[in-house]
Amino acid sequence: MEPVKLLFALTTVSYLVAGVLYLTAMIGKREGAGQLGRWVLLVGIVIHAGVFAVRHTMVLGTPVTSLHESLSFFAWCLVLLFLLLDLRFRLSVMGAFAAPVATGLMMFSAFSPDVVVPLNPVLRSWLFPLHISFAFLGNAAFALSFGAGVMYLIQDRMLKSKRFNRLYRMLPSIDVLDRVNYTCLSVGFPFMTLGIISGAAWANLAWGSYWSWDPKETWALITWLLYAALLHGRLTVGWRGRRAAFFSTVAFMFLLFSFLGVSLLFDGYHTFEVFSMP
Amino acid sequence: MTETEKKQDFTDRIWDFFCSLKLTIILLLLLAVTSIIGTIIPQNSSAAEYIRLYGQSNYELFTRLQFTEMYSSTWFVALLALFCVNLICCSIKHFPRTWKFFKEPAHIATPGLLKNSSNKLEISTEESPEVVVDRVKDTLDKHFTKTVRSDANGKIYLFAQKGIYSRLGSYMTHLSIIVILVGAIIGNVFGFRAYVTIPEGGSVTHVITRDGSRNIDLGFEVRCDNFDVKFYPNTRRPMEYASDLVVLREGVEVYEKRIVVNDPLFFDGIIFYQSSYGPAGDAIITFNVTDNQNGEIREFSAPLNNRVQLPDGFSAIVTDYTDDDRNFGPAMRLHVINPEGVRQNPIVVWQNFPEFDVRRGDKFSFAMLGFKQPYFTGLQVAKDPGVNIVWAGCILLIIGPFIAFFMSHKRIWACIEQDGNATKVQLAGNAHRNQPGFALAFDDLMQKVELAIKNQSPTKEG
Repeated sequence: MEPVKLLFALTTVSYLVAGVLYLTAMIGKREGAGQLGRWVLLVGIVIHAGVFAVRHTMVLGTPVTSLHESLSFFAWCLVLLFLLLDLRFRLSVMGAFAAPVATGLMMFSAFSPDVVVPLNPVLRSWLFPLHISFAFLGNAAFALSFGAGVMYLIQDRMLKSKRFNRLYRMLPSIDVLDRVNYTCLSVGFPFMTLGIISGAAWANLAWGSYWSWDPKETWALITWLLYAALLHGRLTVGWRGRRAAFFSTVAFMFLLFSFLGVSLLFDGYHTFEVFSMP
Repeated sequence: MTETEKKQDFTDRIWDFFCSLKLTIILLLLLAVTSIIGTIIPQNSSAAEYIRLYGQSNYELFTRLQFTEMYSSTWFVALLALFCVNLICCSIKHFPRTWKFFKEPAHIATPGLLKNSSNKLEISTEESPEVVVDRVKDTLDKHFTKTVRSDANGKIYLFAQKGIYSRLGSYMTHLSIIVILVGAIIGNVFGFRAYVTIPEGGSVTHVITRDGSRNIDLGFEVRCDNFDVKFYPNTRRPMEYASDLVVLREGVEVYEKRIVVNDPLFFDGIIFYQSSYGPAGDAIITFNVTDNQNGEIREFSAPLNNRVQLPDGFSAIVTDYTDDDRNFGPAMRLHVINPEGVRQNPIVVWQNFPEFDVRRGDKFSFAMLGFKQPYFTGLQVAKDPGVNIVWAGCILLIIGPFIAFFMSHKRIWACIEQDGNATKVQLAGNAHRNQPGFALAFDDLMQKVELAIKNQSPTKEG
């Protein structure tokens, strides 16, 4: 097996193992498993960084241009952001969401065409790694807020119907979930803003226009506007709980579309390299 | 209701409408949802293209609704304008209340605040009020921030605050949006975006805007001396391409720069971006011809399909070339034309194997030296006097939400009074964001205050 494929497989296995540990921690209420999961994730993220380091030498630039690489980079950012948030919240349950999602992204990535494409000259810019890091860290934060939102809705439903099964006791209280949901939003929004602005600065350097209503730009703006509406709802109108959780799941659907749908369906600067090849 | 009251009522309602946060949220959602249209319907295409895609009647509907250039349509711009008005009105409405925190900080805690605050501490001690005040003040000064003392109603009040500027985060964010839009408008009105192609050796003094509406005099001349493209090994994928540009004023060279993608040329407020390239005319092929009767070698350079004159009435014509023929490298195909004007069978000559053609044993043998493909360089040309305003807005847009989300205005009050023989100390604190975080910090601080009042230094562990 090529070294880069081996590292990729090791990363996927680490995320998978961490996911199993976190789920054990959640279902079996074993905090020790969660702590072990955290270390396994940390090992995984370091190996994963190695994958990108190797690919960097293969394409002589930032190796995030194909669907394969984008999904894998998304997984990396998700794990990184989860580990950072974990410093503050120590919630194994969020790990039971983040680690399996990261594993899924890695598997999805493994099945996408993996072609090493030399970088188009526009992509040979120091703004490229900056732009994607901001954008994907934003995506990762919103993914976590989506996870907390979904858990909130589940808890809320059980509270309303007064049916308390085992799942109810596994998930954190709705207050904690609401707080995690907000924290992730408040982290994701500045990252997304930075992602859009760094993209605009780069477009201005490459083409002389910072905004050209390219489908990806427009969809990023659409998602940004939705999250801005949600944050205004939360901070000033006093949306809390169910409405905010529901809105953050809807906004995340738009975000998913602007990440995957736009690159796969529309022509523009962000069409994945592999699919635009003749 | 009198006429003026009615009028008052009406203007109030208009004002409330523009200030309303519901309007903000509705506008954000409307802008988001309508923006989708322009990503589904292609923008600024030709009428024929729309009719082909959607049919005549839909096309007419689209033009009436301005869907074909929706981001500059009247209704979309009106939505944006309304959004700005809403931002400004909201800020005007709420600013006086925020300003009060700066102008009139609440130095004296009300009894209600001391009693009902969710972060509070109450202690009774035998020490005299003056001693207690000093101890509390020292602790707060040291572990929180500078305190202000005021004496009123026979009681002594202390007040300390941190991070008051975080209350400006949302105003900064709102201002940033306005600044960005102002910059965008300035760029659109006073700037232009154009595209121009210059063949190697050629120059331009005018550019035509991308929408074709204006022919702009640059005020100087731009010449492209040379264009280079470098490919990734064994591919036709460009790795980098560059143009050597020279700026001339009245025939005098005043500035030159080699531009590549992501590194443009700035001159006199106008920027030239390397954007594309293409072949400009046929390649010029250079080759040696050896006259095998006398061994005389002559070098020729000729464009494709141009005849060159050889000795004794013969001539030759290159009809094709490639930079890689079946992995043997560059090659050309030529015909010799005899003095009777008959074109003879084609000959293929490889640059890397110059000795091959000698073996043919004809009157002439050929050796390919190389070919040069002349290029044109494609440049985006832009002038945008608003772009720095946009960047200023972007910086505010980064700082504003950061302050608004992650910083908070934290205040702590103390009230110290004589209560019979004892001294009563009451402390309270609040933060306008991140209350759980503040609660922890407050409890920690109160432990220190309590120890200080009892004149015990905190036990040092570890």
